[in-house]
Amino acid sequence: MTALQDTVLVLLVLSSFALLGASRLGACIRFVALQGIVTGLLPIAVSGHGPTPRVAVIGATVILIKGFFFPHLLTRAMREAQTRRELQPFVGYVTSLAFGVLALIGSFWLDSRLNLPIHGASDLVVPVALATMIIGLFLIVSRRIAVSQVIGFLVLENGIYAFGVAIVRDVPALIELGILMDVFVAVFVMGIAIYHINREFDHIDTDRLTMLKG
Amino acid sequence: MKTLLLHAFMLFSGLIAAPFLLGVINRTKALFAGRKGAPLFQLYFDMAKLLRKGVTYSRTTTWIFRAAPVIGLSAVMTAMTLMPLARMSAPLSFPGDLVLFAYCLGLMRFVTVLAALDTGSSFEGMGASREVQFSALAEPVLIIAIAALVCAAGSPSLTAIFAAMTRATWQALGPALVLIVAALLVIFLVENARIPVDDPNTHLELTMIHEVMVLDYSGPDLAFILYAASLKLWVLGTLIVNIAISFLDLHGFFTPLAFTAGMLVLAVLVGIIESIMARLSLLKVPRLLMGALVLAVLAFAFIARFTS
Repeated sequence: MTALQDTVLVLLVLSSFALLGASRLGACIRFVALQGIVTGLLPIAVSGHGPTPRVAVIGATVILIKGFFFPHLLTRAMREAQTRRELQPFVGYVTSLAFGVLALIGSFWLDSRLNLPIHGASDLVVPVALATMIIGLFLIVSRRIAVSQVIGFLVLENGIYAFGVAIVRDVPALIELGILMDVFVAVFVMGIAIYHINREFDHIDTDRLTMLKG
Repeated sequence: MKTLLLHAFMLFSGLIAAPFLLGVINRTKALFAGRKGAPLFQLYFDMAKLLRKGVTYSRTTTWIFRAAPVIGLSAVMTAMTLMPLARMSAPLSFPGDLVLFAYCLGLMRFVTVLAALDTGSSFEGMGASREVQFSALAEPVLIIAIAALVCAAGSPSLTAIFAAMTRATWQALGPALVLIVAALLVIFLVENARIPVDDPNTHLELTMIHEVMVLDYSGPDLAFILYAASLKLWVLGTLIVNIAISFLDLHGFFTPLAFTAGMLVLAVLVGIIESIMARLSLLKVPRLLMGALVLAVLAFAFIARFTS
């Protein structure tokens, strides 16, 4: 258990929990930016004896895109939609946090039962990545506002990325950057979708889209 | 004989020094607000004054109301005998004493709530309801945090836990121990009715919790309650400071010195928190407590993973 690695992992989980408990969209965007930076630090932290230039470049790209560019896009979407906070999520904040605790316990249990053939860089990476993925999925289904759902998607992606780092440790740079490109396009498309939903209906409450008739 | 004297000294230093911590907290708040502030020994003066006064009991109250301050004070004193100071052994120590410790504090809360309901005042009943609601969320945090400590040290007694915790424990489980300290700090603020949850300065305001439950007390009974509250502050603070100073790995004379400094730092820290934060709205307090629960569970999961 090295201190840097564990601090990074603890921050990763704590930022997901902060997202479960935060109601202001501005705060949510800041937390997801923090999580993006932490995710970028993860490959550098697990690489033990000094990062190779390739790992450093990938880490820096992840930090740049997830820590600064996505938050900027989301802030703009939030400003255009003039939505400051998630008023009535499908699941309340305290219940969400309770679910997060259950997800954490569940992922630790799952990890102890999985018996993965490859051992991760640290004993904690796999359960932390699983918990982050579950929390991300939960955020997508439990929030009403489109911006929060995009944030949930980003959390899910961070979890998958952490899982990949844990299991494979040495992904070719091309694949790594390709995945990053996909996420980038996805967030971009979601930003455009938010803009259009907002322009058509004066709000970004996706729940009310179910009432549309063709 | 030597240990007996040491234990007596430990207990009495706690019993005497506890109200001083509240003085430090209030002085810090006063300095932040640009005031001179009450004397550091104000609570001692208050208690001396109250002990000389007579008592008034409402006609609707029963013996429960009269017994509550005494039971509460003795419960928190029992908790004090279980808590080691500065890595020395506690006066009373046996495997599993931490459960007794947690439930001594629980008993204190229980009698305060009963007494508040006994007055028949709807105002006090409201305070009792809030106290029970928040402590139902706070108690699991305390228990899980202590359970994580048990896992980290590998022994089910408070004395043994703090004797076993050294710099090496911090090096192995540092992030998890930081999480435990953070969770316990939240519990410290909640249990002692400090600012993000309850404002100790407000009276006759609809958002208070602890103060509203003791409104009907007067004279020596009120002195007992104030004293018990300060002892609770002391004993929970001891728990946090004991964990924190184990990082320094000191020996001999320096340990009590570091412990005293730690308690003062904690009091100043609480003063600063109270000065820079507003009280949370009552609806948001459960969110804060769930946050503390998250910290405790995370710490427990990490420690359990590394010690199993």
